[in-house]
Amino acid sequence: MTHKNIWAAGLAMPAMIAVLFLLMGSAKVTANDQSSAATAAIKIDNFTFGPQTVTVPVGATVTWTNGDDIPHTAVSTDGVFKSKVMDTDDKFSYTFMKAGTYSYYCSVHPRMTGKIVVQ
Amino acid sequence: MPGKKQDVIDEKLQALNNDGVDRRGFLKCMAWAGTGLVWTMSGGVPVSRAFAKGADRTAGKGADFTFVQISDSHIGFNKPANPDVTATLQTAIDKINALPHNPDFVIHTGDLSQLSKPSEFDTLDQVLKGVSAKQIYFVPGEHDMLSDNGEQFLQRYGKDTRGSGWYSFDHRGVHFVGLVNVANLKAGGMGSLGREQLEWVEKDLRGHSASTPIVLFAHIPLWTIYPDWGWGTDDSEQVLSRVKRFGSVTVLNGHIHQIMQKIEGKVSFHTAMSTAFPQPAPGTAPSAGPMKVPAEQLQRVLGITDVNYVVSGHSLAIVDSPLEG
Repeated sequence: MTHKNIWAAGLAMPAMIAVLFLLMGSAKVTANDQSSAATAAIKIDNFTFGPQTVTVPVGATVTWTNGDDIPHTAVSTDGVFKSKVMDTDDKFSYTFMKAGTYSYYCSVHPRMTGKIVVQ
Repeated sequence: MPGKKQDVIDEKLQALNNDGVDRRGFLKCMAWAGTGLVWTMSGGVPVSRAFAKGADRTAGKGADFTFVQISDSHIGFNKPANPDVTATLQTAIDKINALPHNPDFVIHTGDLSQLSKPSEFDTLDQVLKGVSAKQIYFVPGEHDMLSDNGEQFLQRYGKDTRGSGWYSFDHRGVHFVGLVNVANLKAGGMGSLGREQLEWVEKDLRGHSASTPIVLFAHIPLWTIYPDWGWGTDDSEQVLSRVKRFGSVTVLNGHIHQIMQKIEGKVSFHTAMSTAFPQPAPGTAPSAGPMKVPAEQLQRVLGITDVNYVVSGHSLAIVDSPLEG
């Protein structure tokens, strides 16, 4: 390699690394941008979470809406999330930043159970 | 209770009841939401007598004392099934006050409020101020646990109680035990008493002779009525085994907003109507929950329960009356 080429090669690496960091930085920004983040909706009707199992990508926000004439809650069995009490038409949202399977239930009517699969 | 023993019991009951209603027919009869149904535990054996509206109410005569059970007032609820639960609670209070005998006390078997809000408890207290009974005993329902795991409820109604609000008291020789089966509910489960409470019950019952009549009261039924809707208590057998030795046990519950009764040996179970709104019979609707009925029928599916205790006969007569009709 000529002297000139070695110099170019030497610069190329750090330049590439710098560009890589730049790209990673902007990818993060994109993920936080509401318009492109994944969302999922769960409706509570007749003492049932519908759908009972929901699969979403990491970073997705799940929103529960209570359609019953009776208040309900959405509480993770592992202490990950805990909604306030949702009366009729109230909502609760949670954003899942880690992959995994999250079982939850209604703490008022514990027979009501559901699952969020984050992958 | 299978086979021979059951047949013998049925025979004896047939003899006791001159009206020709045998035990099974009697239990079917109790599902009738008529003007009033009196059933008595006499020395551990149930005897039934139906009575019509306006008939001479001898239930109070000779009774050593009476008390009233109300349940599920859900103050704060305002949906179609009943837009004014405060008004129907007031009607229930008026009905209690119109009883021929003043009850010694009232027991509220839970779901006092709809959302555990201070304003809801305040309204309830206001209405209850007008009741003729001098004392009101409470146990919480799941709707009373919605803020800070029942902190509000305990502050207002949990004086001298333990844990999540359990306690006992004696009245004219009858031992009353208030239980809480709506705290720390586990996913997929029904009602739950928990070990700490069960251990307390064991200790609490220790001093009492087997001839002491026992009354247990808790929000969710202490027998399994319909698991799919959470109508039962996961560890109820644990408390029932502890009262097995007693000659007369009466269990009063709420939660299901309709009357259901069962007799198992010397234990009689009874659930009360709500003063707020009815719920469907098990499996007859997509879910439990407020059931809308035509406006003119509402007061017939809400009600109070009058309990008469006769010391000499060791008998408790339970009379359910709708708010109207």
